[in-house]
Amino acid sequence: MTSLNVEETKALIEEVLEVYPEKAKADRAKHLTVAEPGQETKGCITSNRKALPGVLTNRGCAYAGSKGVVWGPIKDMIHISHGPVGCGQYSRAGRRNYYVGTTGVDSYGTMNFTSDFQEKDIVFGGDKKLETLIDEIETLFPLNKGISVQSECPIGLIGDDIEAVSKAKAAEIGKPVVPVRCEGFRGVSQSLGHHIANDAVRDWVLSEDNKKEVGPYDVALIADYNIGGDAWSSRILLEEMGLNVVTQWSGDGTLNEVKNNVNVKLNLLHCYRSMNYLARHMEEKYDIPWVEFNFFGPTKTEESLRKIASFFDETIQANAEKVIAKYKAQTDAIIEKYRPRLEGKRVMLYVGGLRPRHTIGAYQDLGMEVIGTGYEFGHNDDYERTMEDLQNSTLLYDDVTGYEFEEFVKAMKPDLIGGGIKEKYIFQKMGIPFRQMHSWDYSGPYHGYDGFAIFARDMDMTLNNPCWKEMTAPWKKSA
Amino acid sequence: MPSVMLRENEGQLTLYIAKKDLEANVVSLEHDQADRWGGKIELDDGSAWYLDPMDTKPKLPKTVRVRRA
Repeated sequence: MTSLNVEETKALIEEVLEVYPEKAKADRAKHLTVAEPGQETKGCITSNRKALPGVLTNRGCAYAGSKGVVWGPIKDMIHISHGPVGCGQYSRAGRRNYYVGTTGVDSYGTMNFTSDFQEKDIVFGGDKKLETLIDEIETLFPLNKGISVQSECPIGLIGDDIEAVSKAKAAEIGKPVVPVRCEGFRGVSQSLGHHIANDAVRDWVLSEDNKKEVGPYDVALIADYNIGGDAWSSRILLEEMGLNVVTQWSGDGTLNEVKNNVNVKLNLLHCYRSMNYLARHMEEKYDIPWVEFNFFGPTKTEESLRKIASFFDETIQANAEKVIAKYKAQTDAIIEKYRPRLEGKRVMLYVGGLRPRHTIGAYQDLGMEVIGTGYEFGHNDDYERTMEDLQNSTLLYDDVTGYEFEEFVKAMKPDLIGGGIKEKYIFQKMGIPFRQMHSWDYSGPYHGYDGFAIFARDMDMTLNNPCWKEMTAPWKKSA
Repeated sequence: MPSVMLRENEGQLTLYIAKKDLEANVVSLEHDQADRWGGKIELDDGSAWYLDPMDTKPKLPKTVRVRRA
């Protein structure tokens, strides 16, 4: 099927919204739009609003944003899921933030620590339990560098004073204990959890006291969560360029690296959505500029390497060119191999913080076209940044509902969908190739030049898998 | 009176309203001198804000409180 033009896409939105009651229809219409040439990018779409009751949304909660995304990957701290057992257990190790270390001895990334609230804790308060828990952690895991208390919903509802407990215990054990007020009911999505986590880092970890001498090429790689090793494949490029990555977090990061973040010349921000608050704060208070970059696909990687180098002197700029030249042959070979197999295929994306826009370039490098994209929890500024990467008549959907997404897919018939685990099996059963773009479908890394090779291979093996020809049972096939 | 961050992005003064996720370019600033800085701020999205004029130009970025103008 050929791609839809702007009018047809608009008609499709109308048609899909038809089933909603009047009020819900008006509300949802604001969250769906079509990219047009010369369109005003500001406020083109409404985002970061409460999901409608009764529709199937795909969002997470503030706890997911704080414990799961920002704090969780800091490997040498113990992150207590303070509250009932489920929140921590069902999200344990699901995000595949790789790290180097011995789990249970000096690193705790894939473990679940919880205060396991029972009825009596809800009735009488859980502060005592938190104290006991911190004591037990100190006995069993003495090599931990600090503790963070990630609140689950009941903590805010019953009004426990985790700040007081944290302060008292921090003085007692001589390590930082950070209370994070990321109760799940706060905000409309995990996005507020990122903000709360950023504020907790700002208030409890970063400090003028940690200031020391800064080298001319010292940079921080922040907001790369090392999913499937992403941060590692990004970091080698930066180091080859001659930059000194003194801090990398929170993927494969340590508490000391976070503290050391005040001693850099430049903050390299990969996921804008989850750490822009902190980058803005550090720019104001510690005079550290920040730059967004995109390491998906060779075109964007090249652009980003040049952009990063422009903050430094000619040595680094020359090095950046050398790095680009060095990997040229490698990426050309990949494109030569996979482009003929993927050329002209059409993709729909529905992911989280940065991938709905960042991966577009990587698909284009392989000759593929993104015909629809959307964020679960993006804000206005994300959509503004997305518009420039979009082609004419690309469908944009914010916090898309299960029904809408299915209908869009049925009408637009993409060749590949990138989303999360919740969408995966629905679309696979509809006979459409699907890649998880949150966890890279247990593959990765996808960042940098090395990651692009894996990205191209994965897209090819999903799209051109022979199983998609076997969707009809043999006895139902016409002869 | 929202708290906003004024920031210079490649020479262009921008205003960021965290609560609204709005990052807008400043098209005009009433007082833009070394000894008097602030006043009415007009943005490229058409809205206008008022910042109490300061005696010196602050080091940007800076978080300030502004009023609706």
